[in-house]
Amino acid sequence: MPAVLEISGLEKTYRSRRRGARKALDGFDMVVESGQVHGFLGPNGSGKTTTLRTLLGLITPNGGQMTLLGQDVPAALPQVAGRVGAIVESPQFFPNFSAHDTLSLLADAGDVSKQRVTEVLELVGLRDRADERVRTYSLGMKQRLAVASALLKKPDLLILDEPANGLDPGGIREMRTLMRGLAESGMTVLLSSHILGEVQLICDSVTIISRGRRVAYGAVADVLAQHAGAGVTVRLESADDLSVAAEILIAAGARVTPDQDRLVVTNVEKPAWVTRTLAERGYYVSELAPVKVDLESVFLELTQTAPVAGQARQVDDSAVVAPAQGGWGV
Amino acid sequence: MSLPKAEVRRLFKRRVTRIFLVITLIGLAIFPIAFTINSHANSPESRAAAQAQADQAYQQATVEFQRTLAECEAAKARGETGLDERYGPNCGADWGPRPEYYPAEQYLPYEFNFQDEFAPSLAVLSAILALVAFVVGASFVGAEWNSGGMMNLLLWRPRRIPVLLTKLGVLLGSMLGLTVVLGAAWTAAFWAIGRYDGNLGKLTSGVWQSLGLTGARGVTMVLLAATVGFCLASIGRHTAMALGVGIGAVVVSEIGLRIAFELLQVRYGDRYVLSTYLVAWFDKKLTITDWRACDFVQGPVACTPPEYVVTWQHASVLLATVLVLSVFGALWSIRRRDVA
Repeated sequence: MPAVLEISGLEKTYRSRRRGARKALDGFDMVVESGQVHGFLGPNGSGKTTTLRTLLGLITPNGGQMTLLGQDVPAALPQVAGRVGAIVESPQFFPNFSAHDTLSLLADAGDVSKQRVTEVLELVGLRDRADERVRTYSLGMKQRLAVASALLKKPDLLILDEPANGLDPGGIREMRTLMRGLAESGMTVLLSSHILGEVQLICDSVTIISRGRRVAYGAVADVLAQHAGAGVTVRLESADDLSVAAEILIAAGARVTPDQDRLVVTNVEKPAWVTRTLAERGYYVSELAPVKVDLESVFLELTQTAPVAGQARQVDDSAVVAPAQGGWGV
Repeated sequence: MSLPKAEVRRLFKRRVTRIFLVITLIGLAIFPIAFTINSHANSPESRAAAQAQADQAYQQATVEFQRTLAECEAAKARGETGLDERYGPNCGADWGPRPEYYPAEQYLPYEFNFQDEFAPSLAVLSAILALVAFVVGASFVGAEWNSGGMMNLLLWRPRRIPVLLTKLGVLLGSMLGLTVVLGAAWTAAFWAIGRYDGNLGKLTSGVWQSLGLTGARGVTMVLLAATVGFCLASIGRHTAMALGVGIGAVVVSEIGLRIAFELLQVRYGDRYVLSTYLVAWFDKKLTITDWRACDFVQGPVACTPPEYVVTWQHASVLLATVLVLSVFGALWSIRRRDVA
């Protein structure tokens, strides 16, 4: 599938007289293929919003290359802007205008028909509240309005930064259905979110960023698989034998972590090795299963942002990886 | 044309614009209403009544003068001294009332004179509209930056400078239209007061030309105020930036500098004050007199105090500099700075 968004070696440094220079993006790469829902994940302050703002011409990068829909940006941004719908960070609208006025003014500015305003208000569930001032809206309603504004121009690429922020459970499900529907209709969706369960459910592929660099990318299934093959959980016929079995496996070269009534065994090539090693010493496995990983655990592992008891993690305490080699996200 | 159309809609949908428009219309309407109530066209009857009042006042003053003179003469006959201090030399006989001191015009009711008084009223209109233009201009872009509206707009129209210039153009076009319409209504109202409730004076083509030029200077001032307010708010990305600078300029220039120059006895200190140039721009020139150069405390002296003249050309250089710096600053800012 052709890429609709490609970023290579993107760099952005914020300079402050008091705090000096801080690299927000440090050679970041990303590729989003056409027709996909692509998750964009990263801890707070990792560079997600900076990436999106840079892509949309709101921030000037210090280096790197970007293309949107096959055209170099920011140079060709005026030509492609009509095909890219975006919301960046928290929804921001003039509080004294109604939702209808807000969208209608954007429609005027972008040569979009008034009929489309009604359509998107219906689509995001704001039809009956469209004439109320935005200042009276809840965060979730503002979020719906933001999505409506991004959908207004029927974009080929939809960029959504935390679209589920403030949404109620029903709203989150509606948003999920909407994303899938949009992707099925041929729209490419780039979704930045911290709700990893949602990302795992609706995204075809993901990019994970930490400290301004890409730490993982690819199809969701592939990313999970890369981190799922690392271990198995083992139960024995008698739970009393767990400590002895752990010693046997450690002596044979495996890494073992006791977990209640089972052992989590890693650093093994094949699960059968565990069964054979224990059976040879007279201990019989009653249950052997691969360690299940989800996107959250992979994210926490890759970004090294899992909470540690007794420690208050600071926002910049996340994984640092070596700069990527090569171009166009490979 | 879609962006200008959207921006015109946005400008007039804004509450600040609507509220200021209503307040401005009400405030401006007060002036012609007040003049209508106070002005009375003079008739032969009213002139005769005024002449009678003037004559009566002259008679009363003459009687009083004669009484005082007699009192002084009596005191002189009694040999009293110090009469010159109390009554003046020769018992003040040389300072008696004269008929010309009591012109009938002083006793006429107020009559509005269009030819003489309309030009100063244009200054009032321009000053009010300039203030409104400054606030509306600042709010138009400042609130957009502050609320995130500008960012949304740039996502749709990612050409920063054309977007900013379009907004500025819409603001200036709207303010020009508003000023022209209100100026025409203002002129018509005061012409009607002069025609039906006062005096039009001699309205030659030269008078109308002069009024037209005064109006043009007023329009320029309104558009300048709108531009400066807009650009300051855009540089600071908040309405408060423009309002703060505006209030700061007034406090520093009109109060702080005046006090400092008075204390330091700076010669022609007013030439460093902003309002001097605004008045010079509107009145074509402003003369600043160095009253300290003559010692008037010792009584009348043969001394003509020196003057410093600020012309409209001086004012236009300063105002053009402010305009260029504001616009350049706003364009540089939107081009160079990140939109966060």
